[in-house]
Parts: sequence; C-alpha cells; structure tokens
Amino acid sequence: MKPASATDALLVIVPALNEEGAIAEVVSQIRRHVPGVPVLVIDDCSADGTIAVARAAGADVLPLAHHLGLGGCVQAGYKLAFELGFQYVIRVDGDGQHDAADIPAILERLKSTGCEMVIGSRFVEKNGSSAGMVRGLGIRFFRMVLRPILGKPVHDPTSGFVGVNRRALEVFSRSFPLEYPEIEALVVLQRRRFRFEEVPVKMRPRMAGRSSITAGKSLYYIVHVLLGVFVNILKYDGRPRPGSGG
Amino acid sequence: MDSLLHVTTVLSVVLLAMVLISVRRAHIRVEYSVSWLLAAVAMLLLSLSRPVLDAITRWTGVPDTPLTLFLMAGTVFLVMFFRFSVILSHLRDDNVALAQRVAMLEYRVRSFEQE
Repeated sequence: MKPASATDALLVIVPALNEEGAIAEVVSQIRRHVPGVPVLVIDDCSADGTIAVARAAGADVLPLAHHLGLGGCVQAGYKLAFELGFQYVIRVDGDGQHDAADIPAILERLKSTGCEMVIGSRFVEKNGSSAGMVRGLGIRFFRMVLRPILGKPVHDPTSGFVGVNRRALEVFSRSFPLEYPEIEALVVLQRRRFRFEEVPVKMRPRMAGRSSITAGKSLYYIVHVLLGVFVNILKYDGRPRPGSGG
Repeated sequence: MDSLLHVTTVLSVVLLAMVLISVRRAHIRVEYSVSWLLAAVAMLLLSLSRPVLDAITRWTGVPDTPLTLFLMAGTVFLVMFFRFSVILSHLRDDNVALAQRVAMLEYRVRSFEQE
C-alpha cells in the first residue's frame, strides 16, 4: 500500500483476531464492492492463520506485536492511515457481519455531508437485522444514555461499521478508547463538536468464530463503557500523553 | 497495644529488608522502591514512638490508639496503590503506543522490501 495522493483516498481497515475462517471472504467482498481501494487487515496477534489467509486474499496486513484489544487494534489502523495521508477510512469487522455492499453508501455520506463520522446502522431503517436480546437491551440502554450527551439520537451506538474522515482520523490517532471503543468514540468526537450521521446497513451473523462479548461479559461491558463515557465527558485535555488510550 | 506495636515494628523491618534486597537484586527499580521504603520507615518510626501515636490519636479524635495506627497504615498503602495504578496506566499507554509503532515500522519495512 502506497501513501495516499488523491484528495478523496479511501482505506478500508479490518480489525481481526483469529478470523482465519472468515477473513478471506471479507477481504474478497470488499475488493469486489470497492475495487481499487486498499484493504488493511490489522491482526491483533491471532493464533491461527489469519495473516496468511488475509494476504493471500489480497489485503495488506498490519500485524501487531502483541494483543492490544479491539480499540488498540483499530487505532493502529487509524494511525497508519493518517500517516499515509488517507482522507477517509471505513472500518469493516473481520468476522463477516458487515456487508461490504454498504461501503459506497457510507463513503458517499461522508463526502456529501462533510460530517466526521458515519455509522452503518441496523436500526435507522427496519431491514430485518437484529442484535440478539441481551445486546438489543444494551443498545437501547446506551441510546438513552447517549441521547442527551450527543444532542441527537443515535440508533446503533455499538456498530463497528464506521467511516471517518481525516479530521476524525487525526483525533482518533491521538486518542481512542482501548476496549469496546464504539460508544466512547462517539463521546470523543462530541467533545470536539464533530458531527456524525447514520446510514442504514444490513448486518449478518458471523461467518466463523465467536464474539468476544459473551453473556458473562455483558455486565462488565456495560459498566466499563458507562464509566468510559462519563470519564470522557469529564476528561481534561491539558497535557495529553503520547499514545494515550483515550 | 504494646504487642500490636511490636508486631508492626517487626513487619516494618521485614518490609524494609524485602525492599532493600529486591533493589539490590534489581527485582524492583530504585524509583519504585522509594514509596515502599518511605512507608516502611514511617511505620517503623510510628511503632517505636508510642507518645507520638498517642498524640496523633488525641489530636484526630480517633477513639483508640491501635485504630490510629491501622488507619495511618491503611492510608499510606491506599495512596501507594493509587500511585501504582497511575504508573501502570502510563505504562499501558506507552506499551500500546510502542506496539502500534513497531507494527507500523515493520509494515513499512516490509513494503520497502517488496518494492
């Protein structure tokens, strides 16, 4: 992957951990729906053949030296994209839940509105996508929490199918939540008075592997994210440390 | 009360010895040993000076001298644990930033090699 020269250069990043079974299809679908756009798989220290399979499928791979968690993994992609001069980055999960056919709609919305972030949302329109009962309850809860903070409703705050422009990329390169980043990232943007929009997307069940958020971890997830949201609201930006995890 | 002070004295000496040995064997860095050394010396001095402990008890209004010792020790260690949480958070951030930087540099080296 060469440094971006075009003023509308797009990079698709795919955070992946042990996604050997799904990553080839994910990369292939991205290449089919947005031909010519570089695909960067960020491997969070997988124990299986994710790296080799992703490379064989035509993706560039950024292999992390050790496991950083989803936020650290995504931020590594944002940092590289920012350094290479990309204007837009769209994140697609490595488990195959996101339909690459929706990437052009996210990019189009980023360009046409000039907003800093576009979220691919399952719930902005009814399209048959579901999130499961426990996750659905969590999403409803965080919708209520985020509504007054963001000043507008967000229908799918836990969606990882997200596009950002270069202004958001710069912020996320410096400050990004390390664990469960989707919801906190919205608050990080809100602190900068950045705007976000949602576009309807369809999500599918995972192609392979298992979600890292099990039923047992759901409560921890809620407490962790809730704390992260309020810490981000209260955060003092006076002297940021290099590499600060947001 | 006296037996409690004796136990505290012994524990303080043991802690002091442990920290010094650990520093000597490079198991703990000098900058991180200072807090432990200060805590151990403070506990040692307090356990050896009953009049000071009694004065603090009267001054703070704590009903019992052993409780004063317990509260002071608890406070010292809580502050230390908090300090180590701050240090750990810094280290975690630095560690993440370094891992990301290494990955990016490796990526660029690989790209150059392929060209």
